[in-house]
Amino acid sequence: MAVLSETPLVYALVGNPNCGKSTLFNALTGLRQKVGNYPGVTVEKKVGECYSQHGRRMTLIDLPGSYSLNARSPDESVMRDVLLGRAPGTARPDRIVCVVDASNLERHLYLVTQIIELGVPVIVALNMVDLAVGKQLRLDVHRLSERLGVPVVPTQASIKKGLIDLKVAMSRDDLTPPHGLPDLLPVPVRGGLLRSRETLSQSGVVREGAPLLEPLYLLSSHDPTHYGISNEARSELQAVREQLEREVPGWEDRLVAARYDAIGALCEEVVRRPDAQQLSLTDRLDAILLHRVWGWTALLTVLTVIFTLIFKVAEAPMGWIEAVLSGGELWGREVGGLAGWVTGVMPDGDLRSLIIDGAIAGVAGVLVFLPQILILFFFIGLLEDTGYMARLAFMMDRLMGRVGLNGKSFLPILSSYACAVPGVMATRTIDSPKDRLITIMVAPLASCSARLPVYALLIPLLFPPALMPAWGKALILLGLYAMGTLGAFFFAWLFNRTVMKGVSTPLILELPTYKAPALAGIMRQMADRAWMFVRRAGTVILGLSIVLWAALTYPKSSDGDPSRQVENSFAGRLGRVMEPLVRPMGGDWRVAIGLIGAQGAREVFNSQLGVIYAVEAEAEDETPLRDRLRAEKHPDGRPVYSLPFCLGLLVYFVFAMQCLSTVAIVRRETGGWKWPLVQFAYMTGTGYLLAVLIYQLGTRLG
Amino acid sequence: MLVPETLSTLPTGASGVVVALPAGNAALTRLREMGLVPGTRFTLVRRAPLGDPIEISLRGSLLSLRRSEAELIEITRG
Repeated sequence: MAVLSETPLVYALVGNPNCGKSTLFNALTGLRQKVGNYPGVTVEKKVGECYSQHGRRMTLIDLPGSYSLNARSPDESVMRDVLLGRAPGTARPDRIVCVVDASNLERHLYLVTQIIELGVPVIVALNMVDLAVGKQLRLDVHRLSERLGVPVVPTQASIKKGLIDLKVAMSRDDLTPPHGLPDLLPVPVRGGLLRSRETLSQSGVVREGAPLLEPLYLLSSHDPTHYGISNEARSELQAVREQLEREVPGWEDRLVAARYDAIGALCEEVVRRPDAQQLSLTDRLDAILLHRVWGWTALLTVLTVIFTLIFKVAEAPMGWIEAVLSGGELWGREVGGLAGWVTGVMPDGDLRSLIIDGAIAGVAGVLVFLPQILILFFFIGLLEDTGYMARLAFMMDRLMGRVGLNGKSFLPILSSYACAVPGVMATRTIDSPKDRLITIMVAPLASCSARLPVYALLIPLLFPPALMPAWGKALILLGLYAMGTLGAFFFAWLFNRTVMKGVSTPLILELPTYKAPALAGIMRQMADRAWMFVRRAGTVILGLSIVLWAALTYPKSSDGDPSRQVENSFAGRLGRVMEPLVRPMGGDWRVAIGLIGAQGAREVFNSQLGVIYAVEAEAEDETPLRDRLRAEKHPDGRPVYSLPFCLGLLVYFVFAMQCLSTVAIVRRETGGWKWPLVQFAYMTGTGYLLAVLIYQLGTRLG
Repeated sequence: MLVPETLSTLPTGASGVVVALPAGNAALTRLREMGLVPGTRFTLVRRAPLGDPIEISLRGSLLSLRRSEAELIEITRG
């Protein structure tokens, strides 16, 4: 069979959320796929390849799961734009595979009725037929195909059943645009749309012969972004819309009803339901998992297991990464790691120092969080795939609604207690742009694991050891976590009331059928997202680590005395310059240097102080850092690390934005520097003001 | 004459038929698109453990919406 060298046939894969579309995409394309991003929006672009029965190359675009072409979220806008040929950088698909859940045909056919009006050949993949069998539904596939006027192929993507039939259908040369279902548009509306298409295509807003409803879809009132539409085009579209509304009031609602009428009649014909409804697995599971008592028990158990695993399981690989790069203990042996090897092969000097203290330390700083991030992504994928995620949102919506968020914000914020990076990335499931932005803005207030070492260093300094039982320390730690949590809720409420005041998008949530997770798909998604983190955050952090290294290394002090080196370096000078800022919260220039270092990543604070004080002691100082801090005095003899100062510093760490990875990811997810800067300003500002307030009040009250 | 009743007042476990949804509300348009059009039969499956939102079953799928939207949807029992 000759492989034809013609341009590949472009297929778009569309379907409602939870129809098994991605599993089908993975099964069709295998490893031949690429994940990227659509320009300007944070929606994953997944493109894969497979070959037709005749050896022709076919490109498959896996579009995000959507309920309607009348877009309501960034995901749905992307589906609409690609299908209408309006997405920059993505060719208009030649054909569409519409995936539907066979066990939930009525609801899933809604999108199908919209898709078959686009004038492009369509194939319907009747997926998850096993679930339909489980529900004792009998489907007349032949009749369905006849009435829709498109090929209908039963599939079960999870076990690769029906894939050959689907590929055969996709390989057909003779597919024509659908000719099924009668025209559902009320007659005057049709006339109005025909006339407006004429006008709009003359001014270039839509192409000639565009789908009749394109003007409606482009100006969906649910999608306030109107991505990629010029202002003139928008006002023109708006005029068309208003005119239609005047001529036939409520026509959009009537169109929706007409679609469901047609679908209802169709399902009467093709679906045979069992005489007696029986309780499904989903019904029985929900009776427990959404129960007043057992529901909360299950929720707490699931979350406890996840978080225990994140901290316990991630510990070992974090140690390995540390050991392999910077040296340390690896399987019971002391290894020098990459840094040790470099020390061995390179002569002492600036270049070696740059590689070890700048580059390797920077890479280690990023990679050390990778185990946690991977585990979190895995569980987020698992919760999404099984259908439990929607139940979490259902249970938590009332609480989150109090501060103007919705139930879907719960998991991203919770994830941020381990690490804000996956938390911010998990906000992609929130369809309301406003709720998503607020969630991104407050998620980093959750006390992440990088704050723990700093808490652990500072909490024992609050009181003399004799006055500090273990439970007292635990209580203070808990208080810090509570403070971050309440802070997140407070700022969510504040943003909701002020900056982002506007139409609230209500929660409309589908509770999908529970199903076994597709582990291969979850693993792949996990790897894609982790790789994106390493690429995006890694480059930024590597660059800044080198800058930080240079700031501590240059300019060289003339006599090579290490204590003077720190003081004399750019960082030391910056610390002195910053001292007036740190003084109101009770710190000196050394604390300022520590905080400058911690600005990149919080846990650096500890090592930074270690360097500063150890260097100043001029010899190997055996006293642990904490005792050293406890002994530290101001020139007038007062201790530096006093109760008000340490408490203020702790509160500063609770609130301040000191994580370059998060800044990089927020910039990426919000598409610009505006929101990360606002976030940096409000978080660090709050932390600073509170720290100053605590120190000043504390010293005055004695 | 039947007194118009809204979805939010329906007791858990009861069934009803959608009578009307007010026009021009973006959230309700999406609910329509998910199958909640006048004439649709549904069952109020449960309320969330904290009382809100509610879960209804219609056309073979399970849908959750908040009380604030449910209050706008006119229904009859049965």
